[in-house]
Amino acid sequence: MTLHLAVALDGTGWHPAAWREQRARPDELFTARYWADLVAEAESGLLDYVTIEDALALQSPSPTSHDDRTDQVRGRLDAVLIASRVAPLTRHIGLVPTATVSHTEPFHVSKAIATLDHVSSGRAGWRAQVSPPLANAHFGRRAPIAFTELPGSTPGRPLLRPDDFADAFAEAEDFVTAARLLWDSWEDDAEIRDAATERFVDRDKLHYIDFHGRWFSVRGPSIVPRPPQGQPVVAVLAHATVPYRLGAASADLVHVTPRDADDARAIVAEVRDLQRAAGREDETVHIIGDVVVLLGATTAEAEDRRARLDGRSDVAFESDAPVFTGTAAELAELLLALAETGLTGFRLRPAVLPDDLEAITRDLVPELRRRGAFRDAYAADTLRGLLGLPRPANRFATTTEGAAR
Amino acid sequence: MTAGVTDGRNDRERKKQIILGVFLSGVNHHTLWADPEAGSQIAFSTFEHVARTAERGRFDFFFLAEGLALRERNGLIFDQDVVGRPDTLPVLAALAAVTEHLGLVGTLNATFNEPYELARQLASLDHLSGGRAGWNVVTSFDAFTGQNFRRGGFLHRDDRYVRAGEFLAAARRLWDSWPADAIVADRAAGTFLRDGGAGAFAFSGKQFDIEGRFTTPRSPQGHPVILQAGVSPQGRDFAAGGADAIFSPYHRLDEAQEFYRDIQARAARQGRPPGSVKILPSASFVLGDTREEAEERQRDIAHRQVTGRTAQILLESVWNRDLSGYDPEGPLPDIDPDPTGPPVIRGRAVLHQDPHRTVAEWRALAAANDWSLRELAIHVFSRTEFVGTPAQVADRIDDFVQRDGSDGFILGSHLVPTGLDEFVDTVVPLLQERGSLRTEYTGSTLRENLGIPPRTAS
Repeated sequence: MTLHLAVALDGTGWHPAAWREQRARPDELFTARYWADLVAEAESGLLDYVTIEDALALQSPSPTSHDDRTDQVRGRLDAVLIASRVAPLTRHIGLVPTATVSHTEPFHVSKAIATLDHVSSGRAGWRAQVSPPLANAHFGRRAPIAFTELPGSTPGRPLLRPDDFADAFAEAEDFVTAARLLWDSWEDDAEIRDAATERFVDRDKLHYIDFHGRWFSVRGPSIVPRPPQGQPVVAVLAHATVPYRLGAASADLVHVTPRDADDARAIVAEVRDLQRAAGREDETVHIIGDVVVLLGATTAEAEDRRARLDGRSDVAFESDAPVFTGTAAELAELLLALAETGLTGFRLRPAVLPDDLEAITRDLVPELRRRGAFRDAYAADTLRGLLGLPRPANRFATTTEGAAR
Repeated sequence: MTAGVTDGRNDRERKKQIILGVFLSGVNHHTLWADPEAGSQIAFSTFEHVARTAERGRFDFFFLAEGLALRERNGLIFDQDVVGRPDTLPVLAALAAVTEHLGLVGTLNATFNEPYELARQLASLDHLSGGRAGWNVVTSFDAFTGQNFRRGGFLHRDDRYVRAGEFLAAARRLWDSWPADAIVADRAAGTFLRDGGAGAFAFSGKQFDIEGRFTTPRSPQGHPVILQAGVSPQGRDFAAGGADAIFSPYHRLDEAQEFYRDIQARAARQGRPPGSVKILPSASFVLGDTREEAEERQRDIAHRQVTGRTAQILLESVWNRDLSGYDPEGPLPDIDPDPTGPPVIRGRAVLHQDPHRTVAEWRALAAANDWSLRELAIHVFSRTEFVGTPAQVADRIDDFVQRDGSDGFILGSHLVPTGLDEFVDTVVPLLQERGSLRTEYTGSTLRENLGIPPRTAS
């Protein structure tokens, strides 16, 4: 069994005290070099892709309000532009930035990701993300979504669910649908440059998408010719049935956060059921397990690192994904065991950058390779290729020529 | 030549430095896509080639235009010119990886974007390029383009400067929401932010009512360089008050000088220091070993740009009628324009405010010169500002700038992506010899290279 492996890049890493580690570069977070170095390191480990976190709001433990903490990393750059900035510096690794689907325009996001695919020669992905409610006031265009506190909330760290939870994800599904239609709005061979008839394009191979939904309408076609991959890779992060349904209906990658193998089995079964219900049983949809990783040469060293980091934070470190603390060999065993449940790959969230990223590329990858579970060379030039996803036919294509390329 | 070099050295002290930008041609009839040397209009290698060439020529910036809907003629997608282009911001961010000094300027629409999102994208581009971002602020009020957006196209024509003004003011407030020294990143003390309120902002106006926290720390330039176009008195005041550089539509020296003086006066009235608004016409060039050769090349290019079919279509943008029945080699259409009819061409900027007057002028012009429909279209729509030997072109550019016709030019070529090479190889060294163009970059940001003052936080 070979695994798909990705890393999730965010700030100085996923532990809130990561920025205080010796090798962290908190004062370079907003430079191109910082991101170029991280992505180069991930590519040196032959990873499938990197994701880059983003949001249209400042980091906050609460989805409804900003805090005034001064002891944690705050501030982000636009993830699509970070991915575009590093694209010319890399050759193989997939680039999967987060782009928000609430408040934003499907036309803009679609053409941005299509362009990322052009500048990276077919390595673009997109994690479609619903905005936290605290972004509403940044746009001021819609009434704030009401949120209900869920059972199990602890004081100061409420677990919230929007009252129109299903609506938020239905809008997200419309958004992804419109973006995908726009990617297909140009057939691959639409550009003909026929001097004899003075036609640059064959207009019969450009298509109005005429998407009409509850939240928006988009006419199309896109201004950007079809991206090299045809359809860039779409990812979602999902923790419950409603977002699982979005992933199963719309995405190529569903990032999930199982607590253990039993939980993983249940999630995989649910996502696969939803995939069948969406009529996509013939399509490849990867279910990717998210794990926060904190690695050490020995288990004790990893635990010491964890203790040091936790000691610098006034709240216990918790995450929506399970947190692994141990050696690369132990992590390799865990991932292979989890893969038995039907997960087809893992997105590892390094607790500290670059330390845990380097532990992944330099220690974990060789451990997996020793077990016959990871590639020893890149065998494809596109992200779809790395993930074993075929280049899809264009849904608007009327000629076999257009469909086959 | 020897004497010239000596003079040049003395001149260098006092000569105005020419600002040069390059725009990558595309969705218009200027671009000769059928030329055997014409390359891709979408591959990154095309953009990289032009940007690297411009940087080799010590240009100030690379410029991308924008169009948010494919153009249509009689309800059908326009297929005659280049169709399609990449999204502006990702291309500029990618170009930051393959250039070091070149400014990266994009046209981005204030109607079909929101300040929070666009301000953070521009601040991000500024960070990721080390201070080289620029923004040409445009507004659109056309419902045709609005069909691609959830916002729709409901901006009233009269509100376009209100929208642009508020958008820019909101963006500036967002860019100022993080003090330059907001990030301390003191590991030992455990202090990342100096102040827990970094990024707090509020803006309220007719178009926007927003508040919260901005995500992106202050970028190297503070504010990206702002470019605008504006010819009407309202547009001129708006640009003179808020822009760092203005596109000028004037290429005749006397008209250009008048515009230049007018903008500087308007800027001064709004309290801006002299020289803080740069004036930049766009221009194209055709070079040759002799003037005759250059002129011959120019005629050939113009005839390829404005084919009979293209001539009909270009005139349709004024007549607003289907002119495909009129012989391009014959006289101008005798029928009157129909400005109130349903638009024949959609998705392109309106160029002529008074079609009846324009048609009358063109008829007079065609009659006086005995021009056919196509010859008139070539004259009106295919002007090349600089035609001649490299020395002649260098002289004319230098003269125009030194006499305050402008502060420089934004140059484009009919040939993508290699058209600029010849200019950089032959004209740039002459401008450098004359002491009017840098031989090395001196500033680290676009703002510094343009010689415009930083925007301090308000």
